[in-house]
Amino acid sequence: MADTKGPEIAIRRSMLGRARGLGAAKSGTAHWWAMKATSLALIPLTLWMLGSMIGLQGATRAQVAAWAGGPITATLLLATIAALFHHMYLGVQTVIEDYIHDERPRIAWLMVAKGVAWLLGLASAISVLKLAFTG
Amino acid sequence: MANFSLPANSRVQPGTTHKAPAGAKNVRSFNIYRWSADDGQNPRTDTYEIDLDACGPMVLDALIKIKNEVDPTLTFRRSCREGICGSCAMNIDGTNTLACLKPIEEVAGDVKINPLPHMPVVKDLVPDLSQAYAQLRSIEPWLKSDTPAPPDGERLQSKEERAKLDGMWECILCFCCSTACPSYWWNGDRFLGPAVLLAAYRWIADSRDEATGARLDALQDPFKLYRCHTIMNCTQTCPKGLNPAKAIGEIKALMVEREG
Repeated sequence: MADTKGPEIAIRRSMLGRARGLGAAKSGTAHWWAMKATSLALIPLTLWMLGSMIGLQGATRAQVAAWAGGPITATLLLATIAALFHHMYLGVQTVIEDYIHDERPRIAWLMVAKGVAWLLGLASAISVLKLAFTG
Repeated sequence: MANFSLPANSRVQPGTTHKAPAGAKNVRSFNIYRWSADDGQNPRTDTYEIDLDACGPMVLDALIKIKNEVDPTLTFRRSCREGICGSCAMNIDGTNTLACLKPIEEVAGDVKINPLPHMPVVKDLVPDLSQAYAQLRSIEPWLKSDTPAPPDGERLQSKEERAKLDGMWECILCFCCSTACPSYWWNGDRFLGPAVLLAAYRWIADSRDEATGARLDALQDPFKLYRCHTIMNCTQTCPKGLNPAKAIGEIKALMVEREG
């Protein structure tokens, strides 16, 4: 006998209920603004960093340490690291949220991305501090 | 994950070709997406050869000619045929637009016609827009004011206040923009999409509306608003020449402004 009931409908929730979803998270502005701010900050910082790297070509470790140990240079290096890895995480977070829709893998990948950004950032910062304080 | 290829039962297969009548001199092929829920078949592309000397100038004229004279099973929406109802929104030659406003002359070679991208298809060129309509309803697109209207007339606006609505009231909700937006394709269940965000800003920018803060509250969300990555397909494709991307930018600017 033919199936007269038709296919099972898994979602009976109204379209409006689905559109409203869980409501607004009341966040996102800080993320968006941080993306813009770090982008702006990274323009001069990256140019300065690249210029410095070119200028330091062939320098000895002691010369690099002396350069990095100056208070202004060390500050700018740490600022570059903070802006760069923050910006990197915000970008990767956006990609993950765009493309990974299942809740559990999305949260797992977000944690991985945040962990990688923190570890790389901390390692870079500690390298600068080591150069600055111990030569 | 996002889908980067079509499921097997959605892959478009070659269909039948309806030849032009003998003696036709100015023939163009219209390659049209066909699908019906009733026959269990994959979608296919049917080709209709049309004598342009016996056809009106717009793509909609050709579709109506096909339906009237060649194949009455071809299904599409149309009503006003002058770009004000938004019914005949479809993807023509790779761009979402209104069939009634798109001259056949502007298309080089075969005229490829598909339904609006990434929406469920009801039949042929008819997409199911109920998600987009529900999202429009969710932003409550009507005037909200606690101040009673003056007993002796309308709620007044200055000329400057009224001018802020230009470029927004003209939206006919054809959803060409939302269905051209990759962010809406990937996250349409949570991202409101450019058409609905333009409608939201239309009320945020209305000097008579007193619910601006609540409207911004309802949009402040990583998905509802901030899935917009300024890809700009919306503005590029709008058949009415409107700028949804700018409206979304204005909403984002207001979000920052109210933070302090």
